[in-house]
Amino acid sequence: MSATSAVDQYDYDIIKKFSVMAVVWAVVGMFVGVYIASQLAWPFLNFDSPYISFGRFRPVHTGAVIFGFGGSALFATSYYVVQRTCQTRLFAPGLATFTFWGWQAVIVLAALSYVMGYSQGREYAEMEWPIDLLILFVWVAYMVVYIGTLMNRKQPHIYVANWFYLSFILVTALLHTFNNIAVPVDLFSMKSYSLFSGAQDAMTQWWYGHNAVGFFLTAAFLGMMYYFVPKHAGRPVYSYRLSIVHFWALSFMYMWVGTHHLHWTALPDWASTLGATFSIMLLLPSWGGMINGIMTLSGAWDKLRTDPIMRFMIVALSFYGMSTFEGPLMSLKDVNALSHYTDWTVGHVHSGALGWVAMIAFGSLYHMIPKLWNTQMYSVRLINAHFWLATIGVLLYITAMWISGISQGLMWRAFDDFGNLQYSFVESVAAMHPFYVMRAIGGMFYLTGMVLMAYNVYMTIRQGVRAAQTAATPATATA
Amino acid sequence: MFKNFKHEKIETNAGLLLVLTMLAVSVGGLVEIAPLFFIKDTMEKVDGVRPYTPLEQRGRDIYIREGCYTCHSQMIRPFRDEQLRYGHYSLAAESKYDHPFQWGSKRTGPDLARVGGKYSNEWHVQHMINPKSVVPESVMPNYPWLMETKLDISDVGDRMRALRRVGVPYSSNQEELDRNIERFGEDMARMLHIPDAQKNLVKQAQEGNYDGDRSSVSEMDALVAYLQMLGTLVDFSKIDPEELVKFR
Repeated sequence: MSATSAVDQYDYDIIKKFSVMAVVWAVVGMFVGVYIASQLAWPFLNFDSPYISFGRFRPVHTGAVIFGFGGSALFATSYYVVQRTCQTRLFAPGLATFTFWGWQAVIVLAALSYVMGYSQGREYAEMEWPIDLLILFVWVAYMVVYIGTLMNRKQPHIYVANWFYLSFILVTALLHTFNNIAVPVDLFSMKSYSLFSGAQDAMTQWWYGHNAVGFFLTAAFLGMMYYFVPKHAGRPVYSYRLSIVHFWALSFMYMWVGTHHLHWTALPDWASTLGATFSIMLLLPSWGGMINGIMTLSGAWDKLRTDPIMRFMIVALSFYGMSTFEGPLMSLKDVNALSHYTDWTVGHVHSGALGWVAMIAFGSLYHMIPKLWNTQMYSVRLINAHFWLATIGVLLYITAMWISGISQGLMWRAFDDFGNLQYSFVESVAAMHPFYVMRAIGGMFYLTGMVLMAYNVYMTIRQGVRAAQTAATPATATA
Repeated sequence: MFKNFKHEKIETNAGLLLVLTMLAVSVGGLVEIAPLFFIKDTMEKVDGVRPYTPLEQRGRDIYIREGCYTCHSQMIRPFRDEQLRYGHYSLAAESKYDHPFQWGSKRTGPDLARVGGKYSNEWHVQHMINPKSVVPESVMPNYPWLMETKLDISDVGDRMRALRRVGVPYSSNQEELDRNIERFGEDMARMLHIPDAQKNLVKQAQEGNYDGDRSSVSEMDALVAYLQMLGTLVDFSKIDPEELVKFR
């Protein structure tokens, strides 16, 4: 009865809470995503309402998927992985509970504040100062719980997944603090103004913005990968040495690349050139991680035929490899001159977010949730259906954005025979309509898969809870 | 020195792992961000750039509130097509009073860095209420509430004081006012004087009549006032292009 003892041995309650909320926020965030994508295809969906107009609703989408879904999935898996690999219970469980309620409050308050019109106007960091302070408190608590648990480990070695989680926790603290330094208008006002301005502010914001991708959405999810892929495949990590090299290279290099978001802008050239240089070098550690993940399956490739959870993980790694190739490509100044400001960037983000981040999270949650409730997944066929809906959804999405992005870039710079601009701006807007429709449909596929997952997870939990009840009743009767 | 080094030492010592990770992740930001505050070549020295007037700043607040930056950039790149479509490429100096910057990252709609003066006030009002009425293919939402909502001017002084704290040269006493008169001229300096913020705001809205309705100051007044000054501060006919290239 090792599984039952694990349920008693570790602090699973907090992980259960975060796992459920990860699924809930995924449904909510992806629904809002499909909605705003539809607004671009059919603008009447803005309904002349301030609260759901695209500009206010877009941060609701990014906040709910990145911090709600991604964040909750990371809290859940990191608490699971750190306990199991350190063979000890969570340090300061009270603080861990605070991280749960605090973090959920952050997501809800952020979404409400955006629709009410409170925004810092910084992408992916739109939360105004009171919410930023709450995030800071939650994050410090998270650091204490996580590092405390590491310190209490019963194993001499710190397992590689924990290095990645640790770097994610440290960097997020650093980024959040420095990107949100602002002076409030008044102690009772939600409005504040950032300390930095213009070029320095742009630099700080994209140092934050890209490293949120690099550590929140990459390093942390690599931590997830390093535990759940080997565990689910029943194989050891392919190369221990590769994991060391790519961990340090990734941690060091990612922090330089944010400036590639500011090519050809008023930011000094040296800074964006440096960013591009490191972006290209970053291909190596990124692919190091991908290779290490995929090759972990060597000797167990047959699982791909039978196990949709494994399929989620491997397709996630493939998308990781694809988007970390596309990223350096787009960071080249000549390519960026075309791609910047277009839908290509949006497509790139989503091949990373839907293809890599969400899929590795789905695989990990499908692996972990039955273990938490000491049961089996309710339906493997539904997991399989989710897998195909998700894969088709991402492919539709990114294909639409490649076409529309490259078309925009080319139309904007096209000259006619007389040396005049060939297209007015709005002609490029009109030309994007079919692709915006296609993107919305891709999103609908992805959302449908997510709804299936939510149902599957609900039934799994119900099944686990019922089994535990029936098992408990005779036990108490005999006792 | 490293002959006997084993990575195992780091893997078995949480404190060491923590410190080394912190070191590894700190270098990039330090090298790229810190110099921007010290290197003189970061910002061009050009005449004309000034802080926003109270009305314009309130317009900018609305621009941020509505998330305009999710679809519009304010950063023209030095390419021939952008020069023809939008005007002279944007200078760092032009956003030096922008807390936060609004360069943006996406052009679902056109760049707005130099939209000021391109269209009439009436066009902007019509366009904000119903974009399709002036640009049939537009996918922009309607913003009818801007016209219907009275601008909240109660805390405009506090807002300017907060901006002053982060470095915008609004004046709050005679000495600062005198310095601004020298820097921005008499009329503009008086406009940027915090004690007169509300009075100045109403005055600019009345004189500019941005929303076509003088009876009250609406959010539309503020937003249009902001849009109409975007990118108009620097007179490029008086600047040697070779001088600007040094700052790229």
